[in-house]
Amino acid sequence: MSPILCVLEQRDGTLRRVSHEVVAAGRQVADGMNTTVDAVVFGQGNIEGLEALGASGADRVLVASHHAFHRYSPEGQTATLAGLAPSYSTVLFAATATGKDLAPRVAARLNTSCATEVTDIVVEDGRVVVTRPVYAGRAIQRVRLTASPAVLSIRPNTFPVSHTERPGTAEPIPVPDFTAKVEVVEVKEPAGGALDVGEAAIVVSGGRGLKGPENFSLIEDLADALGQAAVGASRAVVDAGWRDHSAQVGQTGKTVSPGLYVAVGISGAIQHLAGMRTAKVIVAINRDKDAPIFKVADYGIVGDLFEVVPRLTAEVRKLRAEG
Amino acid sequence: MSSPAANSRFTGVDFYDADRLLSEEERAIRDTVRTWVDDNLMPIIGDCYIEGRFPKELIGGMAELGFFGANLPEEYGCAGLNNVAYGLIMQELERGDSGVRSFASVQGALVMYPIFAFGSEEQKQQWLPRLASGKEIGCFGLTEPDFGSNPGGLVTTARQSDAGWVLNGTKMWITNGSQATVAIVWAKVGDVNDPTSIRGFIVPTTTPGFTAKDQKGKLSLRASDTSELHLQDVLVPSDAILPNSSGIKSPLMCLTQARYGIAWGAIGAAMACYDEALRYAVNRVMFDRPIGQTQIQQVRLADMLTEITKAQLLTLQLGRLKDDHLLTPQQVSLAKRNNVNMATDCAREARRLLGANGILAEYHSMRHMANLESVYTYEGTHDMHSLILGEKITGLSAF
Amino acid sequence: MKIAVCLKRVPDTTAKIVIAGDGVSIDPAGVKFVPNPYDEYAIEEAIARKAAAGEGETVVITLGTDASQETIRSALAMGIDRGVLLQTSDHPDPAAVASLLAEELALGEFDLILMGKMAVDDSQHQVGPQVAEQLGMACITAVAHLDIEGGTITAEREIEGAVEVVRCGLPAVITCDKGLNTPRLPALKGIMAAKKKPLDIKPVTAGQGSFEVLSLTLPPDRPPGRIVGEGPDAVPELVRLLRTEAKAI
Repeated sequence: MSPILCVLEQRDGTLRRVSHEVVAAGRQVADGMNTTVDAVVFGQGNIEGLEALGASGADRVLVASHHAFHRYSPEGQTATLAGLAPSYSTVLFAATATGKDLAPRVAARLNTSCATEVTDIVVEDGRVVVTRPVYAGRAIQRVRLTASPAVLSIRPNTFPVSHTERPGTAEPIPVPDFTAKVEVVEVKEPAGGALDVGEAAIVVSGGRGLKGPENFSLIEDLADALGQAAVGASRAVVDAGWRDHSAQVGQTGKTVSPGLYVAVGISGAIQHLAGMRTAKVIVAINRDKDAPIFKVADYGIVGDLFEVVPRLTAEVRKLRAEG
Repeated sequence: MSSPAANSRFTGVDFYDADRLLSEEERAIRDTVRTWVDDNLMPIIGDCYIEGRFPKELIGGMAELGFFGANLPEEYGCAGLNNVAYGLIMQELERGDSGVRSFASVQGALVMYPIFAFGSEEQKQQWLPRLASGKEIGCFGLTEPDFGSNPGGLVTTARQSDAGWVLNGTKMWITNGSQATVAIVWAKVGDVNDPTSIRGFIVPTTTPGFTAKDQKGKLSLRASDTSELHLQDVLVPSDAILPNSSGIKSPLMCLTQARYGIAWGAIGAAMACYDEALRYAVNRVMFDRPIGQTQIQQVRLADMLTEITKAQLLTLQLGRLKDDHLLTPQQVSLAKRNNVNMATDCAREARRLLGANGILAEYHSMRHMANLESVYTYEGTHDMHSLILGEKITGLSAF
Repeated sequence: MKIAVCLKRVPDTTAKIVIAGDGVSIDPAGVKFVPNPYDEYAIEEAIARKAAAGEGETVVITLGTDASQETIRSALAMGIDRGVLLQTSDHPDPAAVASLLAEELALGEFDLILMGKMAVDDSQHQVGPQVAEQLGMACITAVAHLDIEGGTITAEREIEGAVEVVRCGLPAVITCDKGLNTPRLPALKGIMAAKKKPLDIKPVTAGQGSFEVLSLTLPPDRPPGRIVGEGPDAVPELVRLLRTEAKAI
């Protein structure tokens, strides 16, 4: 059986964490097909973290170097992958902003569709069958991919990363000639480099119950205490201009799947739930015990968030300090 | 409990699939106004009501979308819609607030309509596009301190002089009065006891001698300007008269237009109250179950839904009759009387279902309940419409 | 400027999902269908850009059954000049959709092709780039800010904690994200005018595709949770449970 190709991402010369998840997913497919996993990464110069890919499941790491690849380069990366892909049975991407841009271009070159934002993959009779959410998470679709290679992108924070003692080899591969039609001219980082809600292991979200933008400091403090936590927001507070749209969790914002989601002062409208209901653990803090959020929360506290949240922050800090 | 409307949009009430009886355009028009109300009016109406303030910042948006005089012809800058669509606009505005719908009723049915129906071509060209676009705001000066249900008895006079017409009199309970740039004033050009001598006049409110003052202390229609108008030797040019106006029947024709829209509007208010009560009932838990699972609240909701459904089908037929030019004023009386009355019941029952929360402005039913008392009273009180119907049915006047 | 907008008819995001008898699709009974919200940013952008340029033409193209005519008319009501319905009752996969759209788009010599970054029903996020590849055009996805100056596009898109500034020339395919603009409500006059605007209906058949939908199911219910307590005094217990039971911190 042809091997599996996993397309990785790096930013500023460091491999992004989601890359390991793609490899882990690829490993799952490879084991089902009794074949091997190649990972490909695009960059310019040295890329940190490639050695760890063997442990995540990659047999080979292919490095495509080009001066245009220090940033996302759609035409160059599409051309490279279009040349590689026919040798593989399955091509996996991460459903990140970049992956969602690149995967369909590659699929188009292969005259096939990409299955986007897959949450599970199995191999049945040598074919890839994926599970993916549709209708804003209100239904689950199982799809058999009949093209060869099959192309798919995985939802971040969903496939567990394993650690094996498998060595991986890294080798350079040539990049075909290409004409860039699209150029990334700049990447603007926000001040403080805040963690993105779509990637963080923990998300603490604030809603209208916070009453004003200045009170988001309560959320930020809790996120800081929890560590590795991003600050999210309900649609109401984004529409009110208290937080940026990039923080919005919900149907018209981001769908997040963190290990822990803390909803503070959020009533739990269907549109918000659609964006976070797949979090592993949900905690709700709200003064209204009939708020719909409590129906999806694993744990809830009914009370004044202005009292509960600072106390929670303090208790979490205490716990962390105790180690 | 946080207000259920906070994150949710109104999706209407349609138990008998009345949507199938509407055209695609009528549904699209209704949906546009519904969305506009959710986006622009609902977030501020509670505060406006408490502050006693009409949200005039919304006039421009309403005008741009074509809400004013929507059933008047396109050649005058209007949307040229049929009467069912016009009714749906009123329904959706009043789902938001009766005071805001009153603004649109006055502007369209009581200012633009009389100019359209009784005005000269010059008057139509001069005023209608500007009223449609909200550049001019109008009010309808008919009611007087001593002449409410009996408008034919009004005593405002218009006397001809070399320079034009001189108007003297006082009007009361005039919606939009204090913010109007133009008033349609009804006055008697002949004997003050002769209702056939009533004529309409276009009076710019900057004319010397014209003053408008808000009536204070209202407990209803608080998000609306209700004013007294004083005309002290107000001189308007000879061509200010609406040349085709003739007697009390002219302002009554305007009232029929407005009452038609109000019959639709009342359904909107009733739907808002029913919708709020229903959402509350299924979420509010007492004695370990939602109150919507108790018999008393289910009877309330069933009664409200029944009345709303009846009113919807009745009023849709009224609109189709109007579009076929078969409408009679008494048919409008029946609908206005029925719909406003049932809406007051819906609002009150919804208020009661909401319990203590129902007295807060954060919820809408009590505001609708208070507003609907004005709607019950104006444009022909409930009782007056009973007599209009009684006279029509029996041929005998009990006035 | 000639601008095309691709628009999809989708179930309203508040609609209750009921699985149809075939086990692979939703039951449309009682479901309200609306224009894909992300495509509405595209419609607004097209209308605004044509108005700013003072000249040009805007076209909306939809793939679907006759029911999609109403969806097209909602775009015409907002201000798009004319519409095209690629009429089919097939349910093609994204590559097949892109093929049919590309074939129609190729006829128009468009400067700009706009559509939402994804449809809220299947969330596939790919028709835009697939169309661009088939037409050999530049493409930028998930754009939240767009500048067009002298034939050059400068766009901004969000990439997990940062903003990418991207440049390309015309012609281009741009897929739209929330934040790009605020879609206008159609003026009531516009709603009436929509039925007078040209709407061409072209029957098409979709190719086989490479997706075989095996099943559509409702997500499993989360097990019921519990209220740990009231007020700040419940916090220590919550922290304990998160640590020992949920192992979340």
